Amino acid sequence: MFESLSLLALQQYWWVIVSILASLLVFLFFVQGGQTLIYTLGKTEMERKMLVNSLGRKWEFTFTTLVTFGGAFFASFPLFYSTSFGGAYWVWMLILFAFVIQAVAYEYRSKPNNFLGQRTFEWFLIINGALGTILVGAAVSTFFTGSAFSVNKLNLTNIFGAGSTTISAWEGPAHGLEAALNIQNLSLGLAIFFLARILALLYFMNDIDDENIFARSKKQLLINTVPFLVFFLLFVGLLLTKDGFAVVPEQGVSPLLWKVKMEPFKYLHNFLQMPLVLIIFLVGVVFVLWGIIGTIIGKCKHGIWAAGLGTVLTVLSVFLIAGFNNTAYYPSTYDLNSSLTIMNSSSSKFTLTAMSYVSLLVPFVLAYIWYAWKSINNKKIDAREMEEETHAY
Amino acid sequence: MENFDMTLIDWSRGQFALTAMYHWIFVPLTLGLTFIIAIMETIYVKTGDEKWKKITKFWATLFGINFAIGVATGIILEFEFGTNWSNYSWFVGDIFGAPLAIEGIMAFFMESTFIAIMFFGWNKVSKKFHLTATWLVAIGANLSALWILVANAWMQNPVGMVFNPDTARNEMVSFWSVLFSPTAINKFLHTVTSGYVLSAVFVIGVASWFLLKKKDVVFAKQSILVASVFGIISSLFLVWTGDGSARQVAQVQPMKFAAMEALWDGQTNAPLVAIGFLEKPAPPKTEGQYQEKEFAFKIEIPNMLSFLAFLDPNAYIPGVKDLVNGYTDPRTGKREPSYSEKIALGKEAITTLKLYKEAVASGNAEEAAIHKAKFDDPDWRNNTFKYFGYGYYTEETKAGLLPSIPISFYSFHLMVILAGHFLALFIVMLIFSLKNRLEKMKWLLYVGIWSIPLVYIASQAGWVLAELGRQPWVIQDLMPTLSAVSKIDASSVQITFWLFAITFTTLLIAEIKIMLTQIKKGITGGH
Repeated sequence: MFESLSLLALQQYWWVIVSILASLLVFLFFVQGGQTLIYTLGKTEMERKMLVNSLGRKWEFTFTTLVTFGGAFFASFPLFYSTSFGGAYWVWMLILFAFVIQAVAYEYRSKPNNFLGQRTFEWFLIINGALGTILVGAAVSTFFTGSAFSVNKLNLTNIFGAGSTTISAWEGPAHGLEAALNIQNLSLGLAIFFLARILALLYFMNDIDDENIFARSKKQLLINTVPFLVFFLLFVGLLLTKDGFAVVPEQGVSPLLWKVKMEPFKYLHNFLQMPLVLIIFLVGVVFVLWGIIGTIIGKCKHGIWAAGLGTVLTVLSVFLIAGFNNTAYYPSTYDLNSSLTIMNSSSSKFTLTAMSYVSLLVPFVLAYIWYAWKSINNKKIDAREMEEETHAY
Repeated sequence: MENFDMTLIDWSRGQFALTAMYHWIFVPLTLGLTFIIAIMETIYVKTGDEKWKKITKFWATLFGINFAIGVATGIILEFEFGTNWSNYSWFVGDIFGAPLAIEGIMAFFMESTFIAIMFFGWNKVSKKFHLTATWLVAIGANLSALWILVANAWMQNPVGMVFNPDTARNEMVSFWSVLFSPTAINKFLHTVTSGYVLSAVFVIGVASWFLLKKKDVVFAKQSILVASVFGIISSLFLVWTGDGSARQVAQVQPMKFAAMEALWDGQTNAPLVAIGFLEKPAPPKTEGQYQEKEFAFKIEIPNMLSFLAFLDPNAYIPGVKDLVNGYTDPRTGKREPSYSEKIALGKEAITTLKLYKEAVASGNAEEAAIHKAKFDDPDWRNNTFKYFGYGYYTEETKAGLLPSIPISFYSFHLMVILAGHFLALFIVMLIFSLKNRLEKMKWLLYVGIWSIPLVYIASQAGWVLAELGRQPWVIQDLMPTLSAVSKIDASSVQITFWLFAITFTTLLIAEIKIMLTQIKKGITGGH
């Protein structure tokens, strides 16, 4: 089935899969957003317990999606894995550190004799929530703003000279931290942070049966929506007006050798030249706003579904304009021709084909996740359940 | 070696070793304890006896505490391939990335979904659904082990791929060769069964403590019964798969095999060192020369090493010196090149790649075709490109191609001797368990408790042998650590090394304290 597809079609298929995983990850960041709100929404011990347990039953999905996103990116576009992770070392290390401390925090938080104390583990959750979302957002924004790196596969043969044998080199001392100084990167990081908090508020309103938490969540919704819109619109405004990194196809030349040049309004052009992606983007934004506004002005408790779907669609469209329509998805500002495209950074046709068969498992996985959760999540979390539950965090 | 930053390489290796060893403290218990819990819950569902439900929940609590820190220490490893070994990620990412992605899609989601039912579903789903979920957690955990071990085995025995000079990397040509390579099968079975043995010892040790304290006596005895049966079966598998693994090492990593036996001179009818101590190393004879270490004391089993490696007591086993200097197998007549020859061949392979890339870049199609033809020639691939990684070394640095002989030797022997101890422990425990005399055998119960640290040591020793024994290779013969590393400052890696060392140690202390508190609460004191 997949064997009949061209290499380019497989590369596009895998870019879509990576984009879907990324968009699901941003939706699932509601866990991170919620972690930054446990003290804002939870004023009593029981309220905080309900909040933490509500998130604690979902955190592993976010975590697993992140790990799978990393694995899928590695398998499909290994040059990105090697260039970005090996280059923007500090950004990725800080992100990883934030997820390391999250993984123990739920299980150890309320266990007796836990060495660091309950508050420390709660702060682990807060650090993860803030650092994880802002840094991932800033890192994704470099897909449009670029980074200073070079890629030269000839380095591998550098056995007689004094130069490095490493193919990818970051051409700056900050190893990724410089991304935080760019206003567009920062605006996406903060937009993701506030979006994660908004999604968390909507999730709590749907998942916890407690009047106080509901009322506080509703109040916080407006407070977080304003900065979200400011940063999101700033990011989108800068994105649509900036020069982009365009790939120049050359007849008869291997796509590995295609050149990259700057093109004014490249990302606006991508939206206009791929109207379906533009529609996905607009529908996504409308759904996010519907989920938020419907909850603020109405009595809706299920805003998480509209806002969640909207988040998935919006992020998906943003990833698609980064990689499709002859665009370099991981551009180099140091050397344009070192930029990564879905054509020059992917796995071989054989591996992409083999992995495409594996991707057929995804609907099956989603189905069992849905079924399993439906069977234990048919009732909202409340104080009574927290007192009776034998495995409460 | 002026183009290699050895400080960076050493710290990068140190960080990977640190994080991998920490992760491996928690994984084996996850692999085995899930099955033990699933067996206990099966007994509960079959008999309806509430006591078994309590036992299941007690062990599940300990499992949860261990699982969380296993997840925490695991995420870093996946990303370290990119952050610290970026050249590696490109050079073999086409093959290595696939198992990692499959692990996520196939195993991690299964584990994380059904673990939620295992913990939160007791009063929400039917008994049978809950039991199914518990079994699926066990299967999911072991499936994840399968994929990462397939990836690791491929690094030790790279098969199913060819080098593509256009992309300057190895590319997969047979998924099934990668998945079903004998190295992968043996590594998977040997590693997971070691996890089962560790878990069985863990259960026995904890239950022994209960018996000594005369606490939850019935529960402890039943746990020992289940664990000792599980342990005996697992140990037998462990021995069988260990034998298979050793045979694989002898064939595809002869230097690791010679190192783990500290065999300096090759011989037919090679004996196996049952117990031995190496004397202090003699100073190297010339600069860059390896340090020879002879035995101060050893007890040998005649012909055993030859038999172990090739199922033939007369088989020839090359020693460290033979592998370095080249040798001809006296029985088959097959000649193996010396390290100097391999270095020359490796340099030829690397230079051919360089010339090809330069010819392509300058548009010289004719010259490019000449070099390309070599990469398409199976003979050249098997006799020259095969030694690509040796090309990063020189005559002066070739001692770096040897693994540490004492570390390989001692880790191997420690692992084997302790494995024998655990099998004996399971058998004795089972016998006294069936005779219902466990409470009276205080010495045995103490042995049970003290076997817990021993089983962790044995488990780590196994990985130390697997990973240090193959040095300097990241990919056997194709890529040494030298050329696999990312281009970052050594100081950055030093900082992250200490960041993770302190974090993981702190979390380990928290884990042990929580675990001990839960154990002291016992089955009746907690859930």
